[in-house]
Amino acid sequence: MTTLLAAFDLLLSLTLLGLAVAALTSAEPRRGVILFIAFGLLLALVWARLRAPDLALAEAAIGAGLSGALMLAAARRARRRRSPETAPRPSEEQP
Amino acid sequence: MIATQLLYVGCGILLLILGLWSFLVHPPLLRKLIAINVMGAGVFHILVAIAYRGIDTPPDPVPHALVLTGIVVAVSATALALAFGQRLDRDDDR
Amino acid sequence: MTRFVSWVLLPLGLVAIAGVLVWAFYLATTGETGARLADLALARVPETGVSNPVTSVLLNYRAYDTLLELAVLLAALLGIWSLGPAAPGFQRAAEVLQGMVAWFVPLLILAAGHMLWVGAYAPGGAFQAGALLGAAGVMLALAGHPSAGLPSEPVLRLLAILGVLVFCLVGLALMVLGLGFLTYPPGMAKWLILLIETGATLAIGVTLAAAYRGGRPARASEGAAP
Repeated sequence: MTTLLAAFDLLLSLTLLGLAVAALTSAEPRRGVILFIAFGLLLALVWARLRAPDLALAEAAIGAGLSGALMLAAARRARRRRSPETAPRPSEEQP
Repeated sequence: MIATQLLYVGCGILLLILGLWSFLVHPPLLRKLIAINVMGAGVFHILVAIAYRGIDTPPDPVPHALVLTGIVVAVSATALALAFGQRLDRDDDR
Repeated sequence: MTRFVSWVLLPLGLVAIAGVLVWAFYLATTGETGARLADLALARVPETGVSNPVTSVLLNYRAYDTLLELAVLLAALLGIWSLGPAAPGFQRAAEVLQGMVAWFVPLLILAAGHMLWVGAYAPGGAFQAGALLGAAGVMLALAGHPSAGLPSEPVLRLLAILGVLVFCLVGLALMVLGLGFLTYPPGMAKWLILLIETGATLAIGVTLAAAYRGGRPARASEGAAP
């Protein structure tokens, strides 16, 4: 039981670190933001395992969800600024 | 219990260091913001790991409350930084 | 020179910081084992009017923290509003997304009310409920509602300050009654905490949704023009 829990802890920590490295090293803004959202959701899972369900709820909703939504909008603006001729015009864009 | 705490605190310290490295190395605003958020997540993770006191003992609620306020302040700071960045971009276009 | 900094000095500095942090953690866990704050905080939870320890720390022991945190949120929103008007919103979404949003937004508002009430004795509370309200606003903005579900400008300003306002009014009323600022009398603690949390939930939800929309809200007189 304890060994199983320790293995689970190790797996969670390694996945968390891997996602953080992937989010921090991706040069494409949108990819980085999506990886950051995945990182936030996994962090919420880890906190639920560390007996902090209040924080897991808040992190999933605010840390991953709202920060992610804000940054995705910013990534979209950044991409439009970089290539204004290939991006759709504002009147045609999809949300 | 101490081994679990050590594992998760070490994980939080690594997240903090990774975020700091990315913040110093990568120039674009959005990447810096992701880096700062990962740094903050590392700090929160350290606090949550310190509050953990074994799977059968109730955890320490005081660091939990600190982290809860911290999460909300972090998102408001992110929103403000993005608004600043958007305004700077708009001024560049002019 | 730059390569020397980024390949030698930077890693050395980062490793040094990590070492100091690990050492501090080692000292903190192996140091003296006196009475821990956690035991003291958990022992007195029944006196705080709520049975969820995190809510009792947030709104009773460390109420000043939460008050100032709401003030920080308000300051960030004022900063965003001071940077000029909002960018044009998204195009109106197609039928399927509209239908889903019409189902989800009432559910989110209902879930926020549930979170707020349940926060007294189970995981939940003002922050989570406010986040759900903010998520409802973000969803409406993504579906192309230009107002993101937010009310008109005067009401919006009132809602944004509501958290700080209710907190300060409760504190001042308690001072008038001869107690300290935010020192709840035991019998009324539950209801005072619920009152403050309701104000905080509305303020957090409105602030997060307005921060997502970005930009100063149109004045009532400007908004009338097409």
